Amino acid sequence: MSVLVYIESWEGKFKKNSFEAAQYAAKTAAAIGTEAIGVTLGDLQDDASVIGKYGVKKVISVKGSEFKSFDNYKVAEALKSVAEQQGSDTIIISGTWNGKAVAPVLAVAMDAGLITNAVEVPSSTSPLTVKRSVFSSKGLVEYSTETPKRIIAFIPNSIGVSEGESQAEVAEGSVSIGDVPAMEVTETDRVKGKILLPEAERVVSGGRGMKGPDNWGMLEELADVLDAATACSKPVSDMGWRPHTEHVGQTGIAINPNLYVAVGISGAIQHLAGVSSSKTIVVINNDAEAPFFKAADYGVVGDAFEVVPKLTEALRNFKENN
Amino acid sequence: MKVLVCISHVPDTTSKINFTSDNKEFDKNGVQFVINPYDEFGLTRAIWIKEKQGGTVTVLNVGKAETEPTLRKALAIGADDAIRIDAEPTDAFYVAQQIAAVVKENNYDLVIAGRESIDYNGGQVPGMLAALLKWPFVNGCMGLELDGNKASLIREIDGGKEKLSASLPLVIGGQKGLVEEKDLRIPNMRGIMSARTKPLNVKDATNGDHRTSVGNYEKPAPKSAVKMIDADNIEELVNLLHSEAKVI
Ligand SMILES: Cc1cc2nc3c(=O)[nH]c(=O)nc-3n(C[C@H](O)[C@H](O)[C@H](O)COP(=O)(O)OP(=O)(O)OC[C@H]3O[C@@H](n4cnc5c(N)ncnc54)[C@H](O)[C@@H]3O)c2cc1C
Ligand SMILES: Nc1ncnc2c1ncn2[C@@H]1O[C@H](COP(=O)(O)O)[C@@H](O)[C@H]1O
Repeated sequence: MSVLVYIESWEGKFKKNSFEAAQYAAKTAAAIGTEAIGVTLGDLQDDASVIGKYGVKKVISVKGSEFKSFDNYKVAEALKSVAEQQGSDTIIISGTWNGKAVAPVLAVAMDAGLITNAVEVPSSTSPLTVKRSVFSSKGLVEYSTETPKRIIAFIPNSIGVSEGESQAEVAEGSVSIGDVPAMEVTETDRVKGKILLPEAERVVSGGRGMKGPDNWGMLEELADVLDAATACSKPVSDMGWRPHTEHVGQTGIAINPNLYVAVGISGAIQHLAGVSSSKTIVVINNDAEAPFFKAADYGVVGDAFEVVPKLTEALRNFKENN
Repeated sequence: MKVLVCISHVPDTTSKINFTSDNKEFDKNGVQFVINPYDEFGLTRAIWIKEKQGGTVTVLNVGKAETEPTLRKALAIGADDAIRIDAEPTDAFYVAQQIAAVVKENNYDLVIAGRESIDYNGGQVPGMLAALLKWPFVNGCMGLELDGNKASLIREIDGGKEKLSASLPLVIGGQKGLVEEKDLRIPNMRGIMSARTKPLNVKDATNGDHRTSVGNYEKPAPKSAVKMIDADNIEELVNLLHSEAKVI
């Protein structure tokens, strides 16, 4: 009956999305009338009892070196094993890159119905019904699943998080992992100390209007005062001005931060497809006719090279006085 | 090397999306359909594999007759043959079961799918297919090199990438990086001519289960009108972000 949630960690630290996943699970469990249980996999530095702040009262902590590098099959086997032990029939996963690799494999292992790309908590629990995004944010639709077991993967930043005071009770768990297809991670290359784009609440993004990679310093400064991640349009990553992982849009990643600041981006339909569900959109462009203004909440017509430093400065002043 | 490339048939990226007046269905009227962009990268990669080490490239779609022009385009780009499994692809698990049945019959060494279809953005079919076959699965795959039956792969992870090694057979959910945009093969005249005579085999669906059902569609709420702020009064933007949008 219970709802199980995968609490992802990286090098022993919880991923930011995991807190939202915990909250999603707690809300889903409340709607069903049952409890939510967290699962952590691998050795942790963080204290798992903090998951209690997001409404999950119990966490099963499974230690072991087999989770040191990410393996979608091993994670799926472990989640399945804990779900069986805890009698969980609903599994919540955050739609991170790793989450997306686990969910379909777990659905097959558990004979579960899978709904991905959810943007809200379930609107009904029998059958389990969830609103999800389709056509790259150009549409929404309700999906239902009537299978006895079901998995929901939601888009990060869909429901946000609010912190309470409770602590979760943490119990050590053990799992049995059967034969899984062999894969070995040979090298990991991950940015450190930066806010990751998929989980960022605020994003500063640059387009071809930035003229060249050497001009990104001012966007990074703006991102810095905003505690934002950086992103870019497709041509910018195609030209190698920025890494591919920053490319947002229909063929890049889809994000929905609270704030998206677009600088020197025209607002092509394929770009909007990945960012239009951002809660607040600010557009800075020197062409008053740029299509992006139609999709924006706030617009500034002006030269990025003048407006961006001024905005950074104004934000710094604001922060000092507040 | 026998490579299977799974192709989904999706609205062109510039399409305006509309739903029927009862909101029960996607309105296909006036919509141009194309090969799913992620599958295009996989198709070109598959053709490179064939050119380098020999073998065949088969493209497959689970869909009704309307998807055949998309499969013909894949043949014109350079696939050797095509399979259409005659069924409505309304549920990812059902689609994965259909593809798994074909793979089991034909001994492919490698299945290249895309990381997601840009219509329903499910990102489910390749992972389910891999799990049904019990083959390794690499999602968000942006690099693939083969040496005999050893594969070196690169996958995207949050904020970076990882290199992996695995043995064939395997399934990938591919994307840009498998090849670059400039390398994408497009049909030429000879390709288009020869595509007409290449085999496109239509198969009946095998039994499978549907695990999800689709309810009402809606469009996202329209944005309210943009507020324009004078570039010389940027403090005003900061105030609005704080007091109105409440994002800082
Ligand atoms: C199949 C397909 C998929 C695609 N997928 C994506 C995708 O996922 N993501 C994506 O982004 N694009 C995608 N595109 C590309 C998309 O169509 C546009 O070409 C692209 O988004 C344009 O990028 P841009 O806005 O940076 O550049 P441009 O369109 O060149 O716009 C630059 C903007 O900068 C402004 N500018 C110039 N100088 C200044 C200045 N000094 N100060 C302020 N503003 C200035 C200009 O007025 C202009 O509006 C896709 C295209 C196709 C065909
Ligand atoms: N109906 C289909 N026929 C063939 N391949 C498909 C079909 N649907 C999805 N795929 C493959 O699975 C990938 C991911 O699709 P999806 O899981 O629908 O987001 C696509 O890029 C295709 O390679």
